[in-house]
Amino acid sequence: MPDTSTEPPVSNAKIVNTPEEQEDNRRRTRKVLKKFNRKRENLVPVLQQVQDELGYLPREAMLEVAEYLKVPEVDVYGVVTFYNQFRLKPPGKHSIRVCLGTACHMKGGYILLDAWKRRLGVDRGETTADREYDLDTVACVGCCAMAPVNVIDKKAEGRVSPTRVDGILLAFKMEKEKKAKEKPD
Amino acid sequence: MKTVSLTIDGKAIKAPEGQKVLWAALDNGIYIPNLCAIRKASEPYAGCRLCFVEIEGRNGPVTSCTEPVAEGMVVNTQGPRSRRLARTALELLLASHPVDCAHCAKNRSCELQKLCSLLGVKLNTRRFRKLVHNLPIDSSCPNFTYNPNKCVLCSRCVWTCRERYGVGVLGFAHRGFDRVVTTFEDKPIAESGCRVCDECIEVCPVGALVFKDGRKGTPGCAEVKSKTATS
Repeated sequence: MPDTSTEPPVSNAKIVNTPEEQEDNRRRTRKVLKKFNRKRENLVPVLQQVQDELGYLPREAMLEVAEYLKVPEVDVYGVVTFYNQFRLKPPGKHSIRVCLGTACHMKGGYILLDAWKRRLGVDRGETTADREYDLDTVACVGCCAMAPVNVIDKKAEGRVSPTRVDGILLAFKMEKEKKAKEKPD
Repeated sequence: MKTVSLTIDGKAIKAPEGQKVLWAALDNGIYIPNLCAIRKASEPYAGCRLCFVEIEGRNGPVTSCTEPVAEGMVVNTQGPRSRRLARTALELLLASHPVDCAHCAKNRSCELQKLCSLLGVKLNTRRFRKLVHNLPIDSSCPNFTYNPNKCVLCSRCVWTCRERYGVGVLGFAHRGFDRVVTTFEDKPIAESGCRVCDECIEVCPVGALVFKDGRKGTPGCAEVKSKTATS
């Protein structure tokens, strides 16, 4: 069994979209924008629908929205950074949500967050460069009796410990290797 | 234009209808503490919470920058309740302000210092836990530096930047304690289409935006400028 604990973080590299991806994002953003008229008050609904379409709000999408609604680019950025529902980083294949509600906080939620940060090499609200995992925090998921809770791909994991963090990662990795073996392409 | 008469601090005053109490007072030589007020702005920002006054017949203090004058209104700018609110607001600002006046370019022309002496607040307040930002200083522009750690979020530079060119370079981003005046994607100002018009440095009440050559902005210049523009 491979030992995950000594492995270096996946990567700290910044995710950069290729020009083709950027063009695609712009095209899909424009498609969403067509449904709205150019009023400033449409900013939040526009951003919500663009995020539904793209999964997140890349730079090029924010610039398109700013131009279309004729609002300063920094205002779009301000709204996106203000509301928790908007994300600036693409979602990963697996979502990892660390609960930092009161009970989980008391039971060491921050220790788990640190463990994830170390293992994945990303901060909260970020995605690993291979787009496998995105890490974020939540305030409470409503199962405090299981504290500390991590929500992994919408499945709540209770009484998580840093060792379990390694276990979860290992399971994902083995699953990936299995799939790669089944479908070598 | 129709005028209304009101009393501020016992002084009978005539002011144009619709004018806010703050400007009526300032025009008549009565100072009300303020940081974020801009005379020409169509909507008061009302973010600094320093300009509280007491108006007879009201339950609590009101912000004078949002309150239009009314016939027969009796305003007290020195009321204990309004002064207490203003003092607390100022202390909260100072709790996240790096008080290093001796090494600050705005020393002696800083509006925080002025407000402190006026409201009887110590610069090094003990009432709140000190919690300062540790953000990088932006010196990308040729003639000024921006230190977001000293910013009091008065919005004057944001408004000025917008008013001057229609599309603003500066704006607010992030939330809560992390709220900051910044540019798109927190890029250095020089890379964000700044045209170095220096207007934002002129209006900054504190040492957040300062000239590199040590030149001093004109304190309270937003007010002075708008006065000449309207008259």
